[in-house]
Amino acid sequence: MPMTITEKILAAHAGKETVSPGELVQVNVDLALANDITAPLAINVFHDLEACDVFDRERIALVPDHFVPNKDIESAQQVKLTREFARKHRIKHFFELGETGIEHVILPEKGLISPGDLVIGADSHTCTYGALGAFSTGMGSTDLGAILATGKTWLKVPAAIKLVYEGLLPPWVEGKDLILYTLGILGVAGAVYCSLEFSGEVIRKLSMSQRFTMANMAVEAGAKNGIFEPDEITKGYIEGRSDRPGAFLRSDPDASYDQEIKIAVDDMEPQVALPHSPDNVKPVSEIDPVALDQVFLGSCTNGRLEDLRNATRLLKGRKVADGVRFIVIPGSPSIYKEAIKEGIIETFLDAGAVIGPPCCGPCLGGHMGVLADGERALSTSNRNFVGRMGHPKSEVYLASPVVAAASAVMGRIASPEEL
Amino acid sequence: MKIEGMVWKFGDHVDTDMIIPARYLNLSDEHELSKYCFIDVRPDFVKEVRVGDIAVAGVNFGCGSSREHAPWAMKAAGVGAVIAKSFARIFYRNAFNIGLPILESEDAAEAFSEGARTSVDLETGEIKTTDKETRVFAKPVPDFMREIIRAGGLVAYIKREGSF
Ligand code: SF4
Repeated sequence: MPMTITEKILAAHAGKETVSPGELVQVNVDLALANDITAPLAINVFHDLEACDVFDRERIALVPDHFVPNKDIESAQQVKLTREFARKHRIKHFFELGETGIEHVILPEKGLISPGDLVIGADSHTCTYGALGAFSTGMGSTDLGAILATGKTWLKVPAAIKLVYEGLLPPWVEGKDLILYTLGILGVAGAVYCSLEFSGEVIRKLSMSQRFTMANMAVEAGAKNGIFEPDEITKGYIEGRSDRPGAFLRSDPDASYDQEIKIAVDDMEPQVALPHSPDNVKPVSEIDPVALDQVFLGSCTNGRLEDLRNATRLLKGRKVADGVRFIVIPGSPSIYKEAIKEGIIETFLDAGAVIGPPCCGPCLGGHMGVLADGERALSTSNRNFVGRMGHPKSEVYLASPVVAAASAVMGRIASPEEL
Repeated sequence: MKIEGMVWKFGDHVDTDMIIPARYLNLSDEHELSKYCFIDVRPDFVKEVRVGDIAVAGVNFGCGSSREHAPWAMKAAGVGAVIAKSFARIFYRNAFNIGLPILESEDAAEAFSEGARTSVDLETGEIKTTDKETRVFAKPVPDFMREIIRAGGLVAYIKREGSF
């Protein structure tokens, strides 16, 4: 039976020849992930299960990244609980400050994910690893606690939607614009329970960094996972990071899809999602010139080296507009270090940005860079729900790193073309 | 199992940041969390909700984050069941896992009005006002999920079965 990559991975992990959409399968998990918000609840579940030990101390990653460096006593307690659990069970991949960054940035970076893997994380953006040709999806803490104990979970095989991107990407148009545009078409519930498969000539040329950005936001359409066919670019990325070769699977040519959507990119402009939904998308030229109080460049969507590098192409010799707070957060310590070496950090500082330590930062409105009543921000992250970055009466616009840089300089939402 | 309470109406795409804003995620005790349930979008909710009350919503309820704090906050606040046209998938799993009853119904969002005294039969999927003037049936729950509910949540299920 012809299958998609997603179906092939699920079949392999369920010990079956084939699987088809709608089928419930029990699967073995290659890597289980939780963070400072979700790990404490998962650990409680692990204890409620009266499990003696974890299923495999080398296949669990615990990454405090949301409220670190600890923002208050409660968050310090949560990380402490997680740390003690990690020590007790000798969890190999527990990352603390100095080593930690945003979970979805550092796990691929450290080579913990290979093509063909099945990864479950207690974080909705676990779907990011689909960029590597892995099946990965988010679940809640109870599911994760059960995985910590058993190494297994159950899944419903998702129906698939194929997205085919054709043409030539215009200058300043990036993976972020492709995924925002796609969300504009699909809507926030357009892919609920489905798998999104990103394909086409545009995708084959896309860097890993851009692919991570796109897979990251698959969940914003309600998708269970987003996936890319692993290729030479994928191979180039995992070489030197992982000692596991990975399974380079492809969808069969006659695999079945619920929908196939063709997207021509030739005339695409940078895209912006307006408040308060990631599918409320317009091309940048159609946005009213709204003044900004804050610009945030970072997050698991766009906190990678290439993102920072692209933004500084526009910032060299320029200054952030008066009254705009420009917050830049490298996604991991090694990105931070490389950005220092390349002079990227200096460019940001000269422009008037503030640099935060690798963590989620303002993305979820709980720790750094929280917005006040009536304030407007442009963010390179993935969600702009009501109150996502602070006060319920604040507003968040989502865009790419280059739109963020241009907007920080202009003090309003701006296209890179305007500089 | 029957649940009875007043209907609280919500719209489409109720996201997890509305259910429990991220600034409270440094808490992991459900009773602490429940104090902030819907705090930004319906500040009166926590004060007025009574045990057994029923949330009735449109499509894609619980979209956004994987935070289990969202169904926990609702459950601990007293919500007896959530009925929506459809649910975001992580919320759907989470709710079953922690034992917050949820039902899918295309018609309920239209049929039931705010404040209507309503009962839900989890076995049959029957949802009706106590004056019996309005009555709809929810979609049947997949067998495996029904097993999890019967066991009393995922933890109890795994303990009983030894594994999955
Ligand atoms: S960067 Fe934002 S979206 Fe990504 S894991 Fe952190 S809080 Fe979640």
